[in-house]
Amino acid sequence: MAHEPQVIDKPASKEIIAPGYTFGTVTDQIAAVVLTKKTPPLFWLASFAVGIGLLLLFLLAAGILFTKGLGIWGLRGPTMWAWDITNFVWWVGIGHAGTLISAILLLLNQQWRNSINRFAEAMTLFAVACAGMFPILHLGRPWLMYWLFPYPNTMGIEPNFRSPLVWDVFAVSTYATVSLLFWYVGLMPDLATLRDRTTDRFAKFAYGILAMGWRGSAKHWAVYETASLLLAGLATPLVLSVHTVVSMDFTIGIVPGWHSTFFPPYFVAGAIYSGFAMVLALAIPLRSVYGLKGLITDTHLDNAAKVMMATGLIVGYSYILEAFTGWYSGNVYEEAAIWNRMTGPYKYHYWTLIACNVIAPNALWFKKVRSSPVILFIWSIIVLIGMWLERFVIIVASLAQDNLPSSWRVFESTRWDWATYLGTIGLFLFLFFLFIRLLPMISIFEVRTLLPQAKVKEEPR
Amino acid sequence: MSDPLKPLDLAAVQQRLEGARGRDYWRSLDDLAATPEFQDLLEREFPRQAIGWSEDEDANEGRRNFLKVMGASLALAGMTACTRQPTEHIMPYVRQPEELIPGRPLFFATATTLNGVATGVLAESHEGRPTKIEGNPEHPAAMGACDPFSQASVLQLYDPDRSQALSFNGDIRSWGALTGAMRDALAQQKAKNGAGIRILTETVTSPSMADQLRAIQKLYPSAKWHQWDPAGPHSARAAAMQAFGQPTNTYYDFTNANVVVSLDADFLASGPGYLRYARQFSARRRVHEPSDTMNRLYVVEPMPTPTGTKADHRLPLRAGDVEEFAWALAISLGIAEGPKTGENHDIYKWLGPIARDLQANKGTSLVVAGAHQPPIVHSLAAIMNEKLGNAGKTVFYTDSIEANPVDQLASLQDLVKDLDAGTVEVLLILGGNPAFSAPVELGMRDRLKKAKLRIRLGLHADETSEVCHWQVPETHFLETWGDARAFDGTVTIQQPLIQPLYGGRSALQMLQTFLETPEKSPYDIVKGYWASQHAGADFDAWWRRSVHDGMVADSALPVKTATVRGDALTARAGARHLGGKLEVIFRPDPTIYDGRFANNGWLQELPKPITKLTWDNAAILSPADAHRFGVQNGDMLKLTYEGRNLKAPVFIQPGHVNGATTLYLGYGRTAGGRAAKGMGFNPYGLRTAKAMWQDVGMDVEKTAGKYEFASTQDFHTLETPDRRHIIHRADLSDFKKNPEAPHEGAESPPRSLSIYPEWKYEGYAWGMAIDLNSCTGCGGCVVACQAENNIAVVGKDQVRRGRAMHWLRVDSYYQGDPNDPAIYNQPVPCMQCENAPCELVCPVQATVHSSEGLNDMVYNRCVGTRYCSNNCPYKVRRFNFYLFSDFETPSLKLVRNPDVTVRSRGVMEKCTYCVQRINAAKIDAEKADRTVRDGEIQTACQASCPTDAIVFGNINDKASRVAKLKANERNYSLLADLNTRPRTTYLATLRNPNPEIEA
Repeated sequence: MAHEPQVIDKPASKEIIAPGYTFGTVTDQIAAVVLTKKTPPLFWLASFAVGIGLLLLFLLAAGILFTKGLGIWGLRGPTMWAWDITNFVWWVGIGHAGTLISAILLLLNQQWRNSINRFAEAMTLFAVACAGMFPILHLGRPWLMYWLFPYPNTMGIEPNFRSPLVWDVFAVSTYATVSLLFWYVGLMPDLATLRDRTTDRFAKFAYGILAMGWRGSAKHWAVYETASLLLAGLATPLVLSVHTVVSMDFTIGIVPGWHSTFFPPYFVAGAIYSGFAMVLALAIPLRSVYGLKGLITDTHLDNAAKVMMATGLIVGYSYILEAFTGWYSGNVYEEAAIWNRMTGPYKYHYWTLIACNVIAPNALWFKKVRSSPVILFIWSIIVLIGMWLERFVIIVASLAQDNLPSSWRVFESTRWDWATYLGTIGLFLFLFFLFIRLLPMISIFEVRTLLPQAKVKEEPR
Repeated sequence: MSDPLKPLDLAAVQQRLEGARGRDYWRSLDDLAATPEFQDLLEREFPRQAIGWSEDEDANEGRRNFLKVMGASLALAGMTACTRQPTEHIMPYVRQPEELIPGRPLFFATATTLNGVATGVLAESHEGRPTKIEGNPEHPAAMGACDPFSQASVLQLYDPDRSQALSFNGDIRSWGALTGAMRDALAQQKAKNGAGIRILTETVTSPSMADQLRAIQKLYPSAKWHQWDPAGPHSARAAAMQAFGQPTNTYYDFTNANVVVSLDADFLASGPGYLRYARQFSARRRVHEPSDTMNRLYVVEPMPTPTGTKADHRLPLRAGDVEEFAWALAISLGIAEGPKTGENHDIYKWLGPIARDLQANKGTSLVVAGAHQPPIVHSLAAIMNEKLGNAGKTVFYTDSIEANPVDQLASLQDLVKDLDAGTVEVLLILGGNPAFSAPVELGMRDRLKKAKLRIRLGLHADETSEVCHWQVPETHFLETWGDARAFDGTVTIQQPLIQPLYGGRSALQMLQTFLETPEKSPYDIVKGYWASQHAGADFDAWWRRSVHDGMVADSALPVKTATVRGDALTARAGARHLGGKLEVIFRPDPTIYDGRFANNGWLQELPKPITKLTWDNAAILSPADAHRFGVQNGDMLKLTYEGRNLKAPVFIQPGHVNGATTLYLGYGRTAGGRAAKGMGFNPYGLRTAKAMWQDVGMDVEKTAGKYEFASTQDFHTLETPDRRHIIHRADLSDFKKNPEAPHEGAESPPRSLSIYPEWKYEGYAWGMAIDLNSCTGCGGCVVACQAENNIAVVGKDQVRRGRAMHWLRVDSYYQGDPNDPAIYNQPVPCMQCENAPCELVCPVQATVHSSEGLNDMVYNRCVGTRYCSNNCPYKVRRFNFYLFSDFETPSLKLVRNPDVTVRSRGVMEKCTYCVQRINAAKIDAEKADRTVRDGEIQTACQASCPTDAIVFGNINDKASRVAKLKANERNYSLLADLNTRPRTTYLATLRNPNPEIEA
């Protein structure tokens, strides 16, 4: 028992954040991003403008969709799902990294997470918000979406609990709720800090309300620690369950290319893979623009890249397994589904995704690649594209050529497919950069615990 | 503009008219129209329309205004008190019409005509609205089945683009004005014995109309009657004169035909009497026991037709080479003299076996000549049938069913000559569309303008109306009385089911204006004619019975013995050399025919058999020719024939003959309604009198541009071997040896293979069996389903996007060499799976299973996740991506079946097994305290099917037809290996090849 704390302490003994920080400078640097009255950096303005622009496009696309109907998208028989569900799965997947970082790494006592968990959690929330748009938008009659919830009604009808879409409703809504709670609870001490430091009366009032009377008393901290651990415990299974349930949308279906038992782990790995790519894609520009390289260090990037590579290899293994099962099953439909994926009308999508998700991550074996923020940024974008294509191929290529060749038909997207997809990226950027401006993007109090000063050791007896 | 507040001085105008009577009265209306007061009145009544009507509006706006302005004629009518304004009150029946129970349809027998030839139908009427056409089971031409054209005629009736008002040079006029104009013209003609009168009709078989025309001829001895149908049986007519020396009608009986040779004849899916032929033919292919026999069909044709897909041996030959084949066959049979080989080896390769097969079946064989083959082929077929002893056994001859079987081409050319000579003073065009469909070198569009007074009766204001003075809205056959003869001469009385929607006149009424009693109603004309024909005192009873039955008993023309004249066989033509050119083949379109159905959305969207194209025609090429010209589907070709050219896109059709291109007529309309206009390409622009159906000498050149087809099926090829086991097939001989032969290699999991306990279906368990050995893929069932179930038309762009809404589709699959593949048809409705994959995944329980085994779709509950469609392995679910159903157009509301929900945007829909019919029968049965009898419920597709391929019923009743079929050894489930346990099953298709012919 005696040596156990040493094992835990060992990674912490390496300095996670750059030397020279004090409690005060950490607080100053992070809070300044929010509290400074100066114009935000050009980077923020540009990103926020792009976000708003695309958000307006999203509103336009959704408006037209509601007025005219689903026909404005490229959906058709037999591809009754295409970009809508691709985008949904993609966004939900991206969300996973945030929860993994905040919950699982917390439980595993991976302290390096303290620098990135805040914005990763925010990313989770906003990604889930974007994902949540699609199940509603893609309904033929979206105004009746509440019929998917089991609410008492005069019709005396319940949703069909055998349908994975109903499981989705529970999985995603639970996930969104727990993520929001976790994020908010974790924000409270920092909101109190902002309340105390701001000079603006309105901001003081607003942060004060949000901080819910946090005074930093020992009792508060004790309660906080417990709540935080409990929420982490709650969130941890969700990391696995949400994408498992999402994958069941496919595995439950008897569509060749969908009907496969190994989808849950495959999807979870893919989700974390794309999630870490998004974390990197956000962290790399942010830390250089806001001068936070001391807090989000190259070690963080290196760790994230390692996780990305590990999950990427699992994903690559899944592709191999998918092709193998298709062949080994001896099932004519499965065989044809895999073969058509590789050689049919979607072969370019397929081989691009193989390049993005199987070949590209192997570059991360090299320390040089992992330590170059620019390459990592490009790689994370490649992975995001690859993962979008993966979902597209699974959904569209499988549906377009299923059991009866007479019904086969190639999917063609429309500009409104693009507009809706780009629109949700706009929604994400809008929310994310609003968050950057209004809330501390790095957890102040958790980073302070990483300082050497925070290492309170027991007096030697 | 006059003061709008000033009240209309209707009273004064009416007063002026009060004193007028008779002929003066009509004249005064014309005069009145010219007075300034009247013009002022008109201006005040319709000021805005009067301005907007003139120009610079798009077609739609113009049409709307047209409707509004149409009110003018009503106002005029009211003013002169000759018609009462229709009063509209909503109230219950004070006196219930006889037999009418609200909510229950009534059926009335009537007939549809195509090229003048009648098919007996039963029209379903809901509270006075005809909504559905079924075949008349008693009628010899229908035998209960129904063709797509007849099915779609209800949509034609309610077509909002129909000609709705009488117009003169595009301006709306009163009926009095037309009558006045005709009176004047006829008065002049009377003096010269009607030398300037020309009446141009379509083919006439109607005895009443023939009688009228005879009367007109008597009154105006110099008047001329011309007939023109662009896709009529011109060759058969000429051949009858050539072979028999007199007009002769030929029809067939396939009941006893063991061996059938089709010389480019699509007798299973087109032409008079095809419904009957298909029924008879398929009855000979219903193999229930391995010991049952089957007929054998040889087909020689250029473009695959439904008949070709049923062939046991199909030989693709250019249309022009069929003549050489017919000669060679006659030679092989020892009927004619000539060489037994030729340059084209294909023609001769199977002749020996075919000839021996025919010889072995003397009296039980049949050679059928195609309607589009030259007269000599018909003559050869006639002589072969005669020598084989088939005449009177499988082929029958009667006098012509046409009232005046003239050479229509000569008739039209005669009219052109008179037009050029300027002797045509009154030209009455009854139906047809000669300005569009006449041979191109006649320049009919411009020539028609040479007639001094041109009156056109037509359902639509079309190309011909544009060059006529008067466009007279025609009454639809469901709106008026008439009569016509069927393929064997059987007379059918057409009775109306509804008052004319837009006023209008029938052809009989127009002809009547030439006679002494111009005001005689169509009812009186038809009844009067038959009263004069019927000997005996029981006319009223006879009349009621004939109208009720939909046919005049024993009115079929007597069968005559016709002997082919010795000199019927003219010299044998030599082989036709292509000389680097292509053969051009003109054929009526399978769905819009010669263009007359071009404005019918149901027919436009009905996928054409084999090609599965909708809304378009194309230059159809064989795969080898397409390769030779380096073209793909949709590449544009410039077709040049006789100095005229046409740009049309390529469609590559496996099984099409090399060295030829098939062009379907009827497309490329420039007027005639929104669905007609601007669709496809107009092959009439190349079609000359010399080559009505085919000729060698077309040049083809690839040009720039790419065209997008709207096809409902993009992938047709089956893997070889068919590892998915979609089509189960076998040769008859193999099936006899091993009844499992069709199912070889197919997996069917045992019923125990489920972790759930089996559900016990008590009472009814509905099921369907589709005999693929019968199905010809004609598509009649698709239109029947569309009419019965209020299925929306989505338009070409949406079909192209895979959003066609048909609940029932007919898949075609090709197997083997792309240049000569085997073609299989497979109708696919909802399978109503017992283990339905769709039901599992619907999150809101909008698709659920009924206790009778139906997979019910609850539109109200559907939120539109479309998961059910994704999970349906048969892809039979259809989604309303937009608001496809027309909720706005008033006339289209009338066509709807009141027993079926009209679906709105965002919901899924699919085949219900016509649950409304099931429930109606169940209610009837319950009232009578009995169970539903076998055969009491016919689904719409089943009812219309000419081959009786679809059988529906209660599979719990082991004595039912469907249960017996399902017990048949040929029965199989589509994608059975998925263990969905479909209630719709198929009966494997069999081929009966001649053992002497190597496959």
